[in-house]
Amino acid sequence: MEMKPTSVPDERGKFGPYGGQFVPETLMPALEELIRAYDEARRDLGFMAEYEYLLQSYVGRPSPISHARRLSQHLGGAQIYLKREDLNHSGAHKINNALGQALLAQRMGKRRIVAETGAGQHGVGSATACALLGLECIVYMGSVDIARQQPNVLRMKLLGAEVRPVESGSKTLKDAINEAIRDWVTNVETTHYLLGSVLGPHPYPMMVRDFQSVIGREAREQMMAQVGRLPDTIIACVGGGSNAMGIFHAFRDDEDVELIGVEAGGEGIAGGKHAARFADLSVSRIGVLHGTKSYVMQTPDGQIMETHSISAGLDYPSVGPEHALLRDQERAGYTYATDEEALAAFQTLCKMEGVIPALESAHAVAEAIKRAPTMRPDQIILVNLSGRGDKDLDTVMGALAL
Amino acid sequence: MTDLNEPANGRARIAAAFAQTQQARSAALMPYYTLGYPNRQTSVDVIAAIAPHSDLLELGVPFSDPLADGPTIQHSTQVSLENGTTVAGCLDMVAELRRRGVDTPVMLMGYYNPILAYGIANYARDAAQAGADGFIVPDLPPEEADELAQAATAVGLALIYFLAPTSSPARIASVAEKAQGFIYLVSLTGVTGARTAVQTDLAAFVARVRQQARVPLAVGFGISTPQQAAQIGGLADGVIVGSALINAVDRAEVDKPGAAAAFVQELREGVMGSRGE
Repeated sequence: MEMKPTSVPDERGKFGPYGGQFVPETLMPALEELIRAYDEARRDLGFMAEYEYLLQSYVGRPSPISHARRLSQHLGGAQIYLKREDLNHSGAHKINNALGQALLAQRMGKRRIVAETGAGQHGVGSATACALLGLECIVYMGSVDIARQQPNVLRMKLLGAEVRPVESGSKTLKDAINEAIRDWVTNVETTHYLLGSVLGPHPYPMMVRDFQSVIGREAREQMMAQVGRLPDTIIACVGGGSNAMGIFHAFRDDEDVELIGVEAGGEGIAGGKHAARFADLSVSRIGVLHGTKSYVMQTPDGQIMETHSISAGLDYPSVGPEHALLRDQERAGYTYATDEEALAAFQTLCKMEGVIPALESAHAVAEAIKRAPTMRPDQIILVNLSGRGDKDLDTVMGALAL
Repeated sequence: MTDLNEPANGRARIAAAFAQTQQARSAALMPYYTLGYPNRQTSVDVIAAIAPHSDLLELGVPFSDPLADGPTIQHSTQVSLENGTTVAGCLDMVAELRRRGVDTPVMLMGYYNPILAYGIANYARDAAQAGADGFIVPDLPPEEADELAQAATAVGLALIYFLAPTSSPARIASVAEKAQGFIYLVSLTGVTGARTAVQTDLAAFVARVRQQARVPLAVGFGISTPQQAAQIGGLADGVIVGSALINAVDRAEVDKPGAAAAFVQELREGVMGSRGE
């Protein structure tokens, strides 16, 4: 496998005007060390061979693409294909990055891992990778998210990770990241921060994208092999945006392939209870959060706003800096799905395809359901089904009063 | 007497404050306090009460996500925000302190996003007009600081850079080259907060920076007692105490300004003569 450096980011981690390294001085040397270590690792054939071996023999890659025949027929438009990241070991795309970074931490001689988690998928991915490699794993998780993602909390504990509840701020993903960074600042000599999305200071947005880019590389080959051509449209949900960057990256230069990111519309844009950073420019402006410059939902005075989504994994007030650049360049388009639309799509996919998607991924499915009928039957939509929905059964049953 | 209506003198006032304490064979004492905590009026009164015992003041502009701060300062900034404190309101408190005759140099400590939201040039200009002398921005390393450094320079204010025990020789050299006012040395790898013991290898760290630096060195993070302040004062040119002061204010049920002044006076006695030989 080859992970080629691309034109962005530049050597200071800038994606155009976005990205960068806005962190306390204590962490700057750790970031310099990480940049060097990652750069060496990705050129090291032995390291990459080990990573690829684990992706195949442990994660179960390549993940298949499935033709959603009944759903496509029912909608009467484009053919919908699903990239099945839900079939990965540990249930989501998060393991691709967690394994890559855990191997890197091991190579750097850091045996203690801290991670943040929202939905719990990255926490489970990190705990899984750490158990596999024999590393200590501490996962910070907002207490609100702990309550709504209990199965994943139990999984992490069984996998030997320590789950530390975060009670500050909104008690969700943003606050878990604050706490993970505070831990990292304190224990930087021994600890690697295993950040789970294309967020944070350089090199994280680039490195996480690179580790996730296997999704798009596989999907490109699979589409060519199984259908004989590339999809017309690729749709992925965007919280921080790692599954979306992972599938978009290999298609960046295919100008005829439309790239669509779907943010969390929550209870609707008008009421402000959402996490649609690109959709609501009344509250979302260019700012700095967690070490990177991007769109940030904030008050006029620059305080970070609390967000809302039924899916914990999309409930975050900023978005990866490369997405901000793709949006400015109009290379990718961004839209949103509300809680209600995501829930409806969740049920539809369950009943018509026998696939229980994560609520995060259901946002991407909702957009495919909106678009397919407007397209011709010979056109193709590829949805990145980033994770499976077992973790969401309580939330869904509560919302649907089942 | 410095003319407070003349904004372009912040750097000179910082330099003068360190020079004066050096003449007195003492380290400079720089307490930190959060603007708007536990409410606007009390914070202004606390700051006015500690100012006569302080050589410089570090005043916190609250931010919702203070990732370099420990629980004490996190709590204080959260309460301040719940009280409706804004960036403009913080500058207004500084102006009020100046009107009340507080002449001590003021360093505004705040995270970068509220500064970006306010507008970098506007922030520098309005802070200078309010009577501030410098900026401390914990999530803005030198690599990202050019824009704010230029805006500060344009109005005569200092942008303070940090160094940490983890900083490489190359980073120490680069910060020593760029430094304005003083260099803020983080005493340990960690977040702010009172601790019982001072890091043992601090002396070596201060000495490494001292070889290169042309401006005074102030040490902060984890300093909570007069004994620790004395110990740090023996190594560095300035001692910064934050969380312990907020704890002292929290403990006082009545007369918070009086309790704050008494605590800062104890620290003062700690650092007096600390640079004795």
